[in-house]
Amino acid sequence: MIKIEKRNDVPMVLYFFTPFIAIILTILGGGIIFYILGFNPIEALKFYFITPISNLYGLSELLLKATPLCLIAIGLSFCFKSNNWNIGAEGQLTFGAIVGGGVALLFYNQEGFYILPLVILAGAVGGMIFALIPAILKTYFNTNEILVSLMLVYVSKLLLDYLVVGPWSNPEGFNFPETRQFSDSSRMPLLFDGLRIHAGIFLALAAVMLSWFILYKTYLGFQIKVSGLSLKTAKYAGFKGKTMILVVFMISGACAGLAGVGEITGPIGQLHRMISPDYGFTAIIVAFLGRLNPFGIIFASLVVALTYLGAETAQIFLQIPKYTGQVFQGMILFFLLASDYLLFFKVKILSLKKNELRH
Amino acid sequence: MSLDISFIGILIGSIMASSVPLILAASGELITERSGVLNLGVEGMMIIGAISGFALMVITDNLLIAIVGSMLSGVIISLIFGFLTQSLLTNHVATGLALTIFGIGLSAMLGKNFVGIPGKEFPILFSSLRESIPFFGPILFGHSIVLYFAFALPFLTNYFLKKTKLGLVVRAVGDSPVSASNQGINVILVRYCCILYGGAMCGLAGAYLSLIYTPQWIENMTAGRGWIALALVVFATWSPIKVLIGALIFGGITILQLHMQAIGFRIPVQFLSALPYLMTIIVLVVISRDSRKIKLNTPTSLGRIFYKEK
Repeated sequence: MIKIEKRNDVPMVLYFFTPFIAIILTILGGGIIFYILGFNPIEALKFYFITPISNLYGLSELLLKATPLCLIAIGLSFCFKSNNWNIGAEGQLTFGAIVGGGVALLFYNQEGFYILPLVILAGAVGGMIFALIPAILKTYFNTNEILVSLMLVYVSKLLLDYLVVGPWSNPEGFNFPETRQFSDSSRMPLLFDGLRIHAGIFLALAAVMLSWFILYKTYLGFQIKVSGLSLKTAKYAGFKGKTMILVVFMISGACAGLAGVGEITGPIGQLHRMISPDYGFTAIIVAFLGRLNPFGIIFASLVVALTYLGAETAQIFLQIPKYTGQVFQGMILFFLLASDYLLFFKVKILSLKKNELRH
Repeated sequence: MSLDISFIGILIGSIMASSVPLILAASGELITERSGVLNLGVEGMMIIGAISGFALMVITDNLLIAIVGSMLSGVIISLIFGFLTQSLLTNHVATGLALTIFGIGLSAMLGKNFVGIPGKEFPILFSSLRESIPFFGPILFGHSIVLYFAFALPFLTNYFLKKTKLGLVVRAVGDSPVSASNQGINVILVRYCCILYGGAMCGLAGAYLSLIYTPQWIENMTAGRGWIALALVVFATWSPIKVLIGALIFGGITILQLHMQAIGFRIPVQFLSALPYLMTIIVLVVISRDSRKIKLNTPTSLGRIFYKEK
């Protein structure tokens, strides 16, 4: 017989342990899907989760994909902790890339140490401004931030499309929808010869440290956490709710903008239509899987980056469609949310005794 | 472009056709939200409906099976959401997002072998009347049965919510789950039913796109319509008839920008394509500014988790 009891308080060990349960369940679920699709599940899972990171190049690719995910998720953790549902990070990433890319294109035929910092700064500011739109509409017009931030994703992608086929398209580019290549001074320095991993990873690590400091060591972090737990308490304590909403959106937009600029100055080197394989949406999963904790997010970004790599590898070796990546990502979040049940409820399995049966 | 009367008739007819998926999805979501559940998985449920409807049409060559199957697939995928939010008490927003990400991935995976297959002609009703009556012909006749159903749905929904006992139960559950529960209503069961109904309508909305409107399977073919449908429910302040009006406005913008593109209007295509999304934002701002007005019909317990101590 199973008995379910409500817990009085959430055990912290379990809080950080359940994401692992979710990952294991996702791998099992993935195995079942591969089996249904007619593949050998063990072999498919091996191609998915082991082959991609069994060499140096693969590890570099893993870090390369984890970098934007980690950056965006760190930003989102500020929003989610304070109950602000910014789900338009993909748009903020795109707009950041547009602004940063615009600056890089200004200097396309110049070299100089000051160019890259300018480009990065422009990207962060771009993302920040774009995130301010849903924030301002939420604070001053009571508008739902989920819908506004999401609508802006479509708007930013159309704007990028317009720029790369129109005014910013490469004059020598035979009408391909892409801009000129950025000059070397606008590119993130590579960390190792022959690998694509670049200095952007330090931006992500800096964001992790900084967010840990802000969230756990400052008054602002305290305000954010209290507002997330109880809006009433926050109001009673006299926190400036509106300013806080603007600040968390700005932080999250800046992080997404940085992620965008990291992609275009890192592996891509120009602007075109496909600058992000939905990193902005996937980072939502990363933020939750990492329990909105800066160090948890590092771990989660590596796990989720592996689903991107695994999907690519599985497509090459087994012709499994690459969309399995998204299916895996959705499953991770499903299982994570489901396993949260264990946090709030105790599931006891009681053995039936004879005298109990008589009742 | 000649703006004669028959052209306007055809234009209105095409606006109606483009608003159908929005009406269906928003009407379904409206019932779900009225019961206090916020399901952000509309986009995911629609795209699953689109691919399963199309796949079933190709496999069975039977449009009825395709339509019913698309609704069933919407029900099945919304069951995941229902189980998580109602039985495992998960956060509505996060679960809905997971449903959308999962649905888009799954649909692309399932749809891999159906890309590029031409659609089948869907039977239209009263096609002779469409040609013979000027102006009103293209507006009233020559549409698919799904369109007529979609235009009746807001009125049926309104009647259901306001005039039937079950509708009262749904509203009670959404506004005050605790009192409803004390009255002996099974809150969780009512919410499950509303979630599954929403899933069925979103599935049908998706099938309308892949079987009737487009008609073929294109990856990600819902293109944000699910999110616009969610915005429409807010726009309508949870009132079914206003959903119809809102959907027609959005359908109008979509058709208008297509026509502007076709006649070579001097604004870049991308700006015109962005219009429906920008309009959604503007409309949301205008509607939400008056917080009293929006609170009037907002289900009080929307998005909150209900747990009954056993």
